[in-house]
Amino acid sequence: MTSDIAAILGIDGIATGAVYALVAIGTVLIFTVTRVIFIPFGDIAAFTALTLAALDAKRFPGTGSLVVVLACLATLIEILSLLRAGELRLLPRALLFYLVLPLAVVGAAWLTMRIEPPLVVRLVLALMLITPIAPLLDRIVFRPIADGSVLLLLTVSVALHYALVGLGLLFFGPEGVRTEPLTSFSTEFAGVLVSGQTMLIVIAALLFSGLLYLFFDFTLVGKSLRATAVNRTGSRLMGIRPARAGTIAYLLGSLMAGVSGILIAPVNTVFYDSGFLIGLKAFVGAIVGGMTSYPGAAIGAVGVGILESFASFESSALKDVIVFSLLIPILIWRSLASLHSEEEIEE
Amino acid sequence: MTRFHVQLAAIAAVVCLALAPFVLSPFSITLMNYIGIYSLVAIGLALLTGVGGIVSFGQAAFVGVAAYATAWVSALNGYSPWLGLVFGVVLTCAVAAILGVVTLRLQGHFLSLSTVAWGLAIGFLFGNVEGLGRFNGISSIPPISIGSFALVSSAQIYFLIWGIVAAVLLLGYNLLDSRLGRAMRALRGGNTLVESLGINAFRIKLVTFVIAAALASLSGWLYAHMSRFISPGPFDAGMGIEYLMMSMVGGAGSLLGGVVGAAVVTLLKNSVQDYLPLIAKGASGQLEIVAFSALFILFLQWARQGIVPFVARYLPKIRRERPQPAPPLPRRAQPAPGELLLKVEGAERRFGGLVAVNNVSFEVRSGEILAVIGPNGAGKSTMFNCLTGALRVNKGEVVFAGRPITRDAQSRIARAGIARTFQHVKLRPRMSLLENVMLGTYARTRTGLLAGAFRLNRHEEASTRHEALMQLERVGLGDKPFELAGNLPLGNQRILEIARALAADPTLLVLDEPAAGLRRQEKLRLAELLRTLRADNLTILIVEHDMEFVMSLVDRIVVLDFGSKLCEGAPAAIRSDERVQEAYLGGVA
Repeated sequence: MTSDIAAILGIDGIATGAVYALVAIGTVLIFTVTRVIFIPFGDIAAFTALTLAALDAKRFPGTGSLVVVLACLATLIEILSLLRAGELRLLPRALLFYLVLPLAVVGAAWLTMRIEPPLVVRLVLALMLITPIAPLLDRIVFRPIADGSVLLLLTVSVALHYALVGLGLLFFGPEGVRTEPLTSFSTEFAGVLVSGQTMLIVIAALLFSGLLYLFFDFTLVGKSLRATAVNRTGSRLMGIRPARAGTIAYLLGSLMAGVSGILIAPVNTVFYDSGFLIGLKAFVGAIVGGMTSYPGAAIGAVGVGILESFASFESSALKDVIVFSLLIPILIWRSLASLHSEEEIEE
Repeated sequence: MTRFHVQLAAIAAVVCLALAPFVLSPFSITLMNYIGIYSLVAIGLALLTGVGGIVSFGQAAFVGVAAYATAWVSALNGYSPWLGLVFGVVLTCAVAAILGVVTLRLQGHFLSLSTVAWGLAIGFLFGNVEGLGRFNGISSIPPISIGSFALVSSAQIYFLIWGIVAAVLLLGYNLLDSRLGRAMRALRGGNTLVESLGINAFRIKLVTFVIAAALASLSGWLYAHMSRFISPGPFDAGMGIEYLMMSMVGGAGSLLGGVVGAAVVTLLKNSVQDYLPLIAKGASGQLEIVAFSALFILFLQWARQGIVPFVARYLPKIRRERPQPAPPLPRRAQPAPGELLLKVEGAERRFGGLVAVNNVSFEVRSGEILAVIGPNGAGKSTMFNCLTGALRVNKGEVVFAGRPITRDAQSRIARAGIARTFQHVKLRPRMSLLENVMLGTYARTRTGLLAGAFRLNRHEEASTRHEALMQLERVGLGDKPFELAGNLPLGNQRILEIARALAADPTLLVLDEPAAGLRRQEKLRLAELLRTLRADNLTILIVEHDMEFVMSLVDRIVVLDFGSKLCEGAPAAIRSDERVQEAYLGGVA
């Protein structure tokens, strides 16, 4: 391997890694606030790409129908749980959040479609359509078992991923898509050609991590999310609703997953089931950060991207084997690193 | 219901299974074969996940390793499938042992995540290795033959499959009812208790893990020679989830639940395939996985305990006989009264900047009750954990019965003769009183895996049961040995912990705040019990802050305050010591 090839692989890896980083940060966000290891984030990313492709092709994306179905389900469940709790006065609010808002988003997207909007609007539409999915899934799937063990939540999350893959095939069909590059700009960097798309990916990853940092450190909502992450009961006593914190976390997380989906769509062909590997690799990155640190997750995800890039050069067939085998030493390292705290908790 | 009724039901089930192929259609027999093959994996998972508390998403990979191994031996190299069986099982167990050694020390969800990781890695391997047919798989795998009789049709291999399932169930239930099985069942709920009983938790986990993998390998072998063709598909991560689902639906922790779960999931999948096209034409394949995942999620939300435990609640309880007298287990040589038993020399333990225990020294002599007391935060529990090996001292030395145990693991210290109880009671609530106490005898007995599974341990098992009953009677809980430990009130749970500790035949009994949370009557009874134990020449070390309880009971007291030893002496002397009064009540104003 010459240094030229290494540089190309490195840049390629950083770009892939930056995409994983966005998903990884979302994963950490959800995990810290709700303790759910949200495997389907990769699916959300893939669905965004598919949504954008459908919009580009002037077809109304399946995401719309998916959101409608999920919104109806969530509303039904919410009404049932309100009935059981005897809190029907909260019904208008529930209808607004679980039915009217998602349907309004879908309706707005459907109307905007008519006028053949420019690319920027299509990007916004794709993100708008994708963001309600995770919060609705949270209401339907995770809220009833929010106090379960991490393992139970993980098992449910894995099952949910399979449901989503099936729905993806149903709503988007088996064809893979590759969208138009967002920019045709390219430049030479240290003797290696770097495409504008790559730069865009890295910039987006940096930008969103930065925004998240600001959000968590300088806004009350961000702080309430952090409080929920540290101690659910304690924050409940302080008047923070963990359920609401969870919804915000899911919204933010799916926004990040959506952005990563848009960024990856012009680089890789995306299928309805591409999300699993994106999600899992992001997840490997998140584990590097111990599932709690955002910079750690970002660095880990970029590391996974670079590793994958070099591994696929050495043996493209075995690149996934290499990436996932690497997870085991990382897990051991993390588990050892977290042993101290557990020892002290036992005191 | 008695044991006899259970045996009768089992025989009836076996007869039904044996007659089934003569009644059922060929399609149903094939379905039954799949159920049997999946059952083996699900039974393994019931052991691993339900019993041992290790959630594995990767069992499908083990099935695959064995299936590919036997296909490689028989289809590609032309040897007998039986050689393939040996190779497959050995290879799978070796892979599992290596993975287990590497990953089983991981905690909680880290461990499960690692199973996702290696499950995926191995799954990808099948499709990408040169010489294993890549994604086309391996075809023309020969059938299994017994002598010259080849098991070609599904009605023929049926008997082999269900014979193996029945044998596995029998051996599995035997195992769970043996010394090793009880240790496995104790894994769920944390290592601290398990280690304190002298059980090497890691080893038990590893054994459980390898057993589950071995069962998966049997399944893989049968699968390869039944379908006569393998490709990576049936061994991918999705199938790993499905196996987990089977064992959870059937009832995690129940071996029979593995079979029931495999049957329910397979039949459900089959009927979903039949009926979904009626609801949505042309989209059945996609909807199948959606419907299936949705059902699984609903199941996890609303009926987590599974089918078998649910049904078992409505069946009459199995009446058990009280253990019969049996030859006693061998006892430890006890030191002479008054001999130096435990010596703590300059112990120090820091947590970051906080010195929890600072240069503490004291001695315990055989036959006495010594109390370590002190106000909240005095370092009592830290001291206690250092003695029992739950924590290590940073400085100083602990010598027990003439041997330094400063650096020993918890289980070694337990085996040396220190038995403990816990401040926050640690019992296995779903095991009976008798079984909880039998856990205590682990270090005194030696029945291994095979002896347990094949019931070659009758004598030792009888002695163990009798010993446990005797200890229950000794502490006054002998009237209902088959009650579940979780049903006892807190006071009795603490007493039960003492019975369990006694079952280990300890030289030194260490009790961590035994009176905490007890009512007055319960405290009196506890004190009475400890007095009788002292009369039996047992040495007892109590960590406690209930002064009244301690003063009337113990021979000597060591007072800790802010991590340091304040003073030491007889209760009367401690009571009048000004430093102690100041520590407890504040300075004289």
